[in-house]
Amino acid sequence: MAPDLLTLTPQGLFCPAGGFHIDPWRPVARALVTHGHSDHARPGHAAYLTTPQALPVIRHRLGPITAESLPYGQPLAIGPVTVSFHPAGHVPGSAQVRVEHRGEVWVVSGDYKTEADGLAEPFAPVPCHAFITECTFGLPVFRWRPQPMVIADVAAWWAANARAGKTSLLAAYSFGKAQRLLAALPPLGPILTHGAVEEINQILRAQGYPLPATTRVTPEITAKTHPGALVLAPPSALATPWARRFEPAEEAMASGWMAVRGIRRRRGLGTGFALSDHADWDGLLTAVKATGAPRIRATHGYTVPFARHLCDLGLQADTLQTEFTGDDTPGDGA
Amino acid sequence: MKAFATLFAVLDATTSTAGKTAALADYFRTAPDADKVWTIALLSGRRPRRAATATELRTWAAEAAGLSPWLFEESHAVVGDLAETIALILPSSADIAGLTGLDAVIRRLIALTGQPAEARRAAILALWASLPPAERFLATKLLTGGFRMGVSQGLMTRALAQATGRAEADLAHALMGDWNPAQTAFGALVSALETGAGSRPYPFALASPLEAAAATLGDPVDWRAEWKWDGIRGQIVARPGAFALWSRGEELITDRFPEFAPLRDHLPEGTVMDGEVLAWDRASGRPLPFAALQRRIGRKTVPKALLREAPAQFLAYDLLEAGGEDLRAQPFAARREALDTLLAGLPPGLPLAASPLVTFYDWDALAVRRQTAREGGTEGLMLKRAASPYLGGRKRGDWWKWKLDPYSIDAVMLYAQAGHGRRAGLFTDFTFAVRDGEALVPVAKAYSGLTDAEFAEITAWVQRHTLERFGPVRRVPPDLVFEIAFEGIQASPRHKSGIALRFPRMLRWRRDKPVAEIDTLEALRGLLAADRGLRAPGPPRDI
Repeated sequence: MAPDLLTLTPQGLFCPAGGFHIDPWRPVARALVTHGHSDHARPGHAAYLTTPQALPVIRHRLGPITAESLPYGQPLAIGPVTVSFHPAGHVPGSAQVRVEHRGEVWVVSGDYKTEADGLAEPFAPVPCHAFITECTFGLPVFRWRPQPMVIADVAAWWAANARAGKTSLLAAYSFGKAQRLLAALPPLGPILTHGAVEEINQILRAQGYPLPATTRVTPEITAKTHPGALVLAPPSALATPWARRFEPAEEAMASGWMAVRGIRRRRGLGTGFALSDHADWDGLLTAVKATGAPRIRATHGYTVPFARHLCDLGLQADTLQTEFTGDDTPGDGA
Repeated sequence: MKAFATLFAVLDATTSTAGKTAALADYFRTAPDADKVWTIALLSGRRPRRAATATELRTWAAEAAGLSPWLFEESHAVVGDLAETIALILPSSADIAGLTGLDAVIRRLIALTGQPAEARRAAILALWASLPPAERFLATKLLTGGFRMGVSQGLMTRALAQATGRAEADLAHALMGDWNPAQTAFGALVSALETGAGSRPYPFALASPLEAAAATLGDPVDWRAEWKWDGIRGQIVARPGAFALWSRGEELITDRFPEFAPLRDHLPEGTVMDGEVLAWDRASGRPLPFAALQRRIGRKTVPKALLREAPAQFLAYDLLEAGGEDLRAQPFAARREALDTLLAGLPPGLPLAASPLVTFYDWDALAVRRQTAREGGTEGLMLKRAASPYLGGRKRGDWWKWKLDPYSIDAVMLYAQAGHGRRAGLFTDFTFAVRDGEALVPVAKAYSGLTDAEFAEITAWVQRHTLERFGPVRRVPPDLVFEIAFEGIQASPRHKSGIALRFPRMLRWRRDKPVAEIDTLEALRGLLAADRGLRAPGPPRDI
């Protein structure tokens, strides 16, 4: 039997035939990076390869790096191996990585979602022999409602708060989720942004992604200066002195974890919107089927039950112990 | 169901008491009467009889969703709530308007009890399919029981008072007892009620833990002390045509304690006593360990042998009603004197006595007495203000429980399991072991006492250090040491260690303590022997 095209090393996922890693978590010579979230784009690699859409955020987050970009769908030979990037639909610029060697094709999903969100390049399934898939939400209790319905709930919450004279403090990942919300929400009032969100907004605007006007929160901005505002901030900014200036305020969080009542309550949140940039249960199964791959390897998330379920469906599935820790603990911004 | 679901969503979304009260009061003003009665019943711990077992529900839901039983269980472990798991995994039917009322849904469920499994299955699947997810969750909660909405009975009563204009205390009393929500009209439930009607008990007065020094309570003359017994708090109600023993959970437990039946003939009509049910060793005049009483709980009929081995005794604390007159507004000292007078007039040999008062003249001396509490088989002391009326609920200031410090040991974590509800997805339920020679023997399970941050840290650790998985339970290396506090220790043939700890909980995470230094089974056996020695028969003390 031929050795696996991609294997796990202490540095991360490795392609021995091509001599490169994918989303490695320790410094390597050549890293293919699927997107700019910090558990995938890590510092310290000698050379980075990513999509042109993903590169600006990665450069912003990692500082001076040696990086090249490769447009979606365009093959690149690395030694005897051909690689290409394909839209993952996770965040703007995010990619799946297709790796081909002597007619055998493996695809690494990176993080992905199957529903088009109107901002990120929509997920495109890539036929392959082996599919390494994330499964952050790989249990059947995670099934998202369509984005327009969730957005309607967010909008109703914002409008009700505004009517009650309250600020709407919405916690969301500063790269991806925040911009997805911005692009989808109706213009009900002023939108204020935490610095971490606004920095990403500026980068994406410069790239041509359509985002509405927002105002960065500066020291003189309070609930009084912007009544009825929606404030977008990373989850870590809730319940801090920074957030206090918006009182009276209602807090909420947009995350797939909000689908579970216990997790939402533990975060001390009355309101949660189950809006995720990861595929839900149905999305994962659809994606797996669409690849036609007989072999599936599950990484980060509910890997054990997800792989077992795929085995029950007659696929050859196992788990890969990766160090993409960001989504391990329910309650992060996934 | 929609109005109830909306109410639940509001209650669930706010932690503010004022917000919850307002939402409830609004509901009580606007919802259909039949739904209100059920809401009151649910919020005061009553629920319809189960139309299906948890096992049936999970099987039917998994089948309807086309999922393997193991996958259902994995999901349940993450969600931490059976009803929510069911609501989430079933095919969603987003566009259904929930038109059925709470009362109608519950009556449908009640009608199912006793029917063949196939009929119940079909009806429950139809119910699930007819409700949007939020209402499906609540309907399933009704089926699984354990309905908690973050609303205390006091808060509910306050909201009801706001909505109806009736006095809170009257409503609290009106809602006591065994009224049946299926047969009670809202108007009758909250309308004026005759004091001392039927077997209805009074709302129990509850004590708060004494955290400050006892001396801060002021002059000892103003206080009364009694032992804090470790039994079942109860009220004996003897009225014309009615005799009842109520537990604090408002459960009618008359039939479980047939030895109290003779009291019916001896207590004057219109008598209500508050007290403690204990399993009693008549020879020594002391309580038997709680384990003996535990054998009597949950048995509807009591075998004769058990009646002999664990006979019950009622130690009365208080007299709430005498000659049909409500005494609750009188000072405790007066009620207590009336109680003593009443009991002195009864023939000897009845399983009834007053809980002895502990006389004291200064707080320091009482503190010394408190240290001997375990010798008498008690948990510590109760302090009651002599002038205090009998107030329903936990009103701070007049009644204090002054318990002994718990026992504690250092033990190591062996297994971890994810928690429920608010702790879904976090590993919070742990099994702890002590050393027995080279081996580790599990001695306790505990799930409280740590902060959310500590639970999160341990959860991350468990995820990285899982050695084995047994469904939702993970075996982990014996590396994390915790100080475990507990209230008592008992011999238990059911446990591998031969002992059972009472109310174990985590006192702190001992990061400083190596596993080599945890406690031994031998030490626990020594504690058990000492505890037994203290309870060995002997002449009763002057308590």
